Amino acid sequence: MIDTTEKPQFYLTEEHHPEGSTMLGFWLYLMSDCLIFAVLFATYGVLGRNYAAGPSPADLFDLTLVAINTATLLLSSITYGFAMLQMERNAKAETLFWLGITGLFGAVFIALELYEFIHLIHEGAGPSRSAFLSAFFTLVGTHGLHVTFGIVWLVTLMVQVNRHGLIPANRRRLMCLSMFWHFLDVVWIGVFSIVYLLGVLG
Amino acid sequence: MFSNLDLQKFVFGRLTLEAIPYHEPILVATFAAVALGGLALVIALTYYRLWAYLWSEWFTSVDHKKIGIMYVILALVMLVRGFSDAIMMRIQQAIAFNGSEGYLPPHHYDQVFTAHGVIMIFFMAMPFVTGLMNFVVPLQIGARDVSFPFLNNFSFWMTTAGAVIIMMSLFVGEFARTGWLAYPPLSGADYSPGVGVDYYIWGLQVAGIGTTLSGINLIATIVKMRAPGMTMMKMPVFTWTSLCTNVLIVATFPVLTATLALLSLDRYAGTNFFTNDLGGNPMMYVNLIWIWGHPEVYILVLPAFGIFSEVVATFCGKRLFGYASMVYATVVITILSYIVWLHHFFTMGSGASVNAFFGITTMIISIPTGAKMFNWLFTMYRGRIRYEVPMLWTIGFMVTFVIGGMTGVLLAVPPADFVLHNSLFLIAHFHNVIIGGVVFGLMAGVTYWFPKAFGFKLDPFWGKMSFWFWLTGFYFAFMPLYVLGLMGVTRRVSQFEDPSLQIWFVIAAFGAFLIALGILSFLIQLVVSFKRREQLADFTGDPWDGRTLEWSTSSPPPEYNFAFTPVVHDHDSYWDMKNRGYARPVSGFKAIHMPKGTGTGVILSGLSVAFAFAMIWYIWWLAALSLVAIIVVSIAHTFNYNRDFYIPANEVVETEDKRTELLAGKV
Repeated sequence: MIDTTEKPQFYLTEEHHPEGSTMLGFWLYLMSDCLIFAVLFATYGVLGRNYAAGPSPADLFDLTLVAINTATLLLSSITYGFAMLQMERNAKAETLFWLGITGLFGAVFIALELYEFIHLIHEGAGPSRSAFLSAFFTLVGTHGLHVTFGIVWLVTLMVQVNRHGLIPANRRRLMCLSMFWHFLDVVWIGVFSIVYLLGVLG
Repeated sequence: MFSNLDLQKFVFGRLTLEAIPYHEPILVATFAAVALGGLALVIALTYYRLWAYLWSEWFTSVDHKKIGIMYVILALVMLVRGFSDAIMMRIQQAIAFNGSEGYLPPHHYDQVFTAHGVIMIFFMAMPFVTGLMNFVVPLQIGARDVSFPFLNNFSFWMTTAGAVIIMMSLFVGEFARTGWLAYPPLSGADYSPGVGVDYYIWGLQVAGIGTTLSGINLIATIVKMRAPGMTMMKMPVFTWTSLCTNVLIVATFPVLTATLALLSLDRYAGTNFFTNDLGGNPMMYVNLIWIWGHPEVYILVLPAFGIFSEVVATFCGKRLFGYASMVYATVVITILSYIVWLHHFFTMGSGASVNAFFGITTMIISIPTGAKMFNWLFTMYRGRIRYEVPMLWTIGFMVTFVIGGMTGVLLAVPPADFVLHNSLFLIAHFHNVIIGGVVFGLMAGVTYWFPKAFGFKLDPFWGKMSFWFWLTGFYFAFMPLYVLGLMGVTRRVSQFEDPSLQIWFVIAAFGAFLIALGILSFLIQLVVSFKRREQLADFTGDPWDGRTLEWSTSSPPPEYNFAFTPVVHDHDSYWDMKNRGYARPVSGFKAIHMPKGTGTGVILSGLSVAFAFAMIWYIWWLAALSLVAIIVVSIAHTFNYNRDFYIPANEVVETEDKRTELLAGKV
């Protein structure tokens, strides 16, 4: 019941600090990015068997290469996790070390993907050969572009951590990149299963 | 070994002197008018030394109120452009009979209807809605700014960049001739090899980034920054509808981005997503674009519903009838808006079961919408209705929107749609709901919140003129289109054979002329109100006897919105405060923590325009250069850790003391 004898409090006299919105905002961004991948997956789902008398996944994909590629990306997620554990311990040098390892794994992933793309294009299976290949190159390429962007971001953050240390602003940024990096891992698992495994199985 | 031609191609891409439409008298005259107007504006700004003021106080500002106002100004400018297209079409269709080809050749007419749709949706309605949400939401929830103030400034400038790109197509090259959604294969490289579709794509992509980010920003703001005590079910209804709208934005604009990206890959990289051969599927595009497109109409209309809810409660002096049902109706509409997209192409041939499903889901949407209509009616029932201008717009909306809603349910019946698909009946229907719902709502909102933004009310006489011209103009302009549509006239036609149709088009053109007077009255209203600002001034901050928190602070609000964060006990919280003897605090002010302005948003937006222009004209060196510049500027921005400051306590005291004096002198 409302107390009628005493006026309720209508404003705060002390300073009001709403909790930070960065994590929520970044998570919302990731979900919007997820929708871009959803569209690309849906497009692949619809167009993925329109070979136009061209090559099919079974003709093209080298699962060994893809297995190595996947392993690199999954390992990079683990090493990013190590970096975050070191950040919790407030150990700047170790954090930077594990971030560096993560970036290297990411770079290897991108290099292998580029190798695969160039190889396909040389075989005459470029993105304009068929709707299947258009969808394939766009889905996998968009993921690759995200990883590339992630590496640029990672290097930027390493410079910033090195310069300012593990201050709250940098910790927040590292958390965001962490979510981004793991998100790309999850998307890759979708790519790996749906595009490569299901493709080769027929 | 560069020959002259190669060098020119390298430097200018496919841009040649021929791209300037100097042989089209209409465009030359328009260009002359725009150039002279622009020059006059630049000279005036320079003469009155306003550039520095505009740059530091507005362009680089991260204050949500100023950004909101800039959004609305952008929307009004684009309204004039989009309406010019509209009246050109109406005149063309009214005279192109009996062998006359009218005054617009088909290739120009096609650009005009495409530009009209694109501009009205993306660069009039969207910035208008975003602007009002930006201005009002933080004030309504008792916050000092949005969650990400810099992002807000950046979003605004990206939207503006998109508008600039679209406007450039008027004088450099051409615009798309495809209709506002640019269906392939027509919009593909084979059938639209020119720059028109590329202008369309890049304009929307750049603006789309701004829209998505502003959606994320406002969701985070509403979820995280509400004043203590304001639970979800105590939020003002406009804030609720804004939340739902922004959820829709974040959940649909990425789909638009991805779809347009696929179309651009088809055009630039020769892929085969939507082509006719090599396995492409144009219907894939139609599905994807409407998965964005249908929720888009709710993105526009939900905030309008929120505005009407605020206006009805305020001007009837009553708590909104059925607050909870209003909230649930909004949420239900948000969800349903995702599962109706196929009703835009029942004729695609997806079969009876699929069409039946989407027909039924579409009809179901009318239920929560009807519930809202009754809530507004019951709020008015036995209320003390004040027929101020915002209330007039609201009543005009209620009558008009119900008609539009009913023709919508008619179109939702698949067999009926097979007859009416792509006819002027459809055109009449969606203008009926967009003008009757969104535009009337925005006009109500502007009139309602204008005194909050500027400290004086809008002149009511010219407001009423505007309202009556718009209302009658709407009926004259669009009722004939229902008739024509039922007679089988299809959309996007520039010349007619059957002379018996002409009278209907003449009536429609007369209606468009009335709407022109409505827009003119509104512009006159702005000028007259500014001149009479002394008489129309409001010192209380609460000119309408309002119910929500934005009315508890001064008009215009101080930079920090609230000297002390409000505590909320009820929805209609300011009404509750007034009823229970709230006394405005007059002492004990402290320094206030605020974000700093930055020019990065303007710079990134300018670079994006350069990038888009380069992509449109195949000027690859400029594209590469501007892309690198965008990345470098973005990274450099993150090296700035010094992004906030404190408004010193004595400054707050000074501002608040001024208000105390003002209130004491007047009340």
